[in-house]
Amino acid sequence: MRRWLLPEAIVDTLPLEARQTESLRRILLDEFDRHGYDLVAPPLLEYLESLLTGSGGDLDLRTFKLVDQLSGRTMGLRADITPQAARIDAHLLNRPGVVRLCYCGPVLHALPADFNSTREPLQIGAELYGHGGLEADAEVIRLLAHVLQCAGLAVPRIDLGHVGVFRALAQGAGLSAEAEAELFAAMQAKDLPLVRELVAGVAARWAEALLLLPECYGAVNELAALTARLPDTEGVARALRELEQLAAALAGLQVSFDLADLRGDRYHSGVVFAAYVDGEATALARGGRYDEVGRAFGRARPATGFSLDLRQLARAVPAPELPGAILAPAGTPCASLQDTMRALRARGERVIHELPGHAPEHWRAGGCDRRLIERDGAWVTVAIAEENQIGG
Amino acid sequence: MNGITLALSKGRIFTETLPLLAAAGIVPTDDPETSRKLILATNRPDVRLVIVRASDTPTYVQHGAADLGIAGKDVLLEHGGTGLYQPLDLKIARCRMCVAVPDGFDYETAVRRGARLRVATKYIRTAREHFAVKGVHVDLIKLYGSMELAPLVGLADAIVDLVSTGGTLKANRLVAVEDIMPISSRLVVNQAALKMKREVLQPILDAFAGAVA
Repeated sequence: MRRWLLPEAIVDTLPLEARQTESLRRILLDEFDRHGYDLVAPPLLEYLESLLTGSGGDLDLRTFKLVDQLSGRTMGLRADITPQAARIDAHLLNRPGVVRLCYCGPVLHALPADFNSTREPLQIGAELYGHGGLEADAEVIRLLAHVLQCAGLAVPRIDLGHVGVFRALAQGAGLSAEAEAELFAAMQAKDLPLVRELVAGVAARWAEALLLLPECYGAVNELAALTARLPDTEGVARALRELEQLAAALAGLQVSFDLADLRGDRYHSGVVFAAYVDGEATALARGGRYDEVGRAFGRARPATGFSLDLRQLARAVPAPELPGAILAPAGTPCASLQDTMRALRARGERVIHELPGHAPEHWRAGGCDRRLIERDGAWVTVAIAEENQIGG
Repeated sequence: MNGITLALSKGRIFTETLPLLAAAGIVPTDDPETSRKLILATNRPDVRLVIVRASDTPTYVQHGAADLGIAGKDVLLEHGGTGLYQPLDLKIARCRMCVAVPDGFDYETAVRRGARLRVATKYIRTAREHFAVKGVHVDLIKLYGSMELAPLVGLADAIVDLVSTGGTLKANRLVAVEDIMPISSRLVVNQAALKMKREVLQPILDAFAGAVA
């Protein structure tokens, strides 16, 4: 038994990455704040039923469970903060009109969400409640693109989808819930041969449309041409109209669409989106509309928003330079040295107080590239050259 | 890398993919059978091939180490396929996934009697799913090759394996008693690559689809 081993897909965040993650957390939360999103911090664990309410059941398997010794009820460690934010909006705030919330905290997944995911993502996100119009969707998507750029990434590719198209086609085809779930999974993989198998018994009109869906992806200006052959039912038409209007509202961003890519969570009810950047094998952020979750908590509220794993973001952005540090000489600092150290730290410098008995290389390896020396009665910083020994 | 990387395995899949690549205007400039290189150049500077073990193809594509891959349905079923698009059945490297038993073993009766079968296979997931649907209890024994040997030396009652001509079965006095599914190779695509590199990938996908149809 190696006592230092961690469970599968659970990691320690080491100094460089922790520093990067924390700096990104601050950047994102500050940007959310500047856009009027109020920070909330829901608890790490809750009673299972409230945790899974409105989540459509797909979080159940991903949720770690334990028994509350006070009440004997089953509790769950949250696997997603979005439904918690919806609960806060529906019940605790009870504000009429528009509410903007943001959050950042760890979530736990009993099963990793994706092949390369940690089981302890650091979820950060922003949610907008109380506005059913596309302006809300456009706002959160623009906010997402903006914060990714603030994080140091190039303009992301925003891929739009709409749950309504698949739902309308599945309903038209009269599929059972089980068949619909199977078909949904095949759609996500664009597994055309499997889709063909699954729609074998379906009326030709719907089967044809469902077979078309996995190939309905591309640039926004191709949307109309690709979807012309979909049945002109109300559900499909409304969803496509929404997508077109949303794409128009997002002018200036790199937008594409994919009508079969609806991964996200089962609670999504309308427009869904994902952000991709160069060099990442999976989407960096996902979001969409989830108007039904509030209803499950007793107050139906239009809702849209996005979230992402800060750890994945930290890996995607260019690695930061480790900041240099200034070494202050060992021994009890005199008043003027204390003032100098305080002033340097106030400017954002890293000032490390030397402790006696450690070799100079030790401090250099620790990142000290300058040191404080007294010259003509004043403390000045000088560079520590590679060849010069500190204190030599 | 801004170009396209396609992962595939040596042997039958490589040989039968060449005409499809040609349809997309791609011709490898190295031959994996004679070259020891693992990254093969093509006539197109923006397209390269990587030669991987067949069962590793989905993994390379899933992680984005390759944008495209060509993998047998057998391999994809074992892998699970998360994070992959599988848009196209290329209809190459065709064979069948079968249950085979020694000549003379009464499989039907053994199944009817509810016997607990020992099944040797490389395809654990596929075999488990197949026997679960049939309602047959099995003990699965994972092997990495030469499955045909297992029933002959008493390691297993039956095997689940790919059968193309049936020659190996025959030579070892085994018979295929049940078809599980037809197998052929699929084109797999990394999901992010399809979004980010669609301008380059789509013509290749379309050319493959045209050549298969």
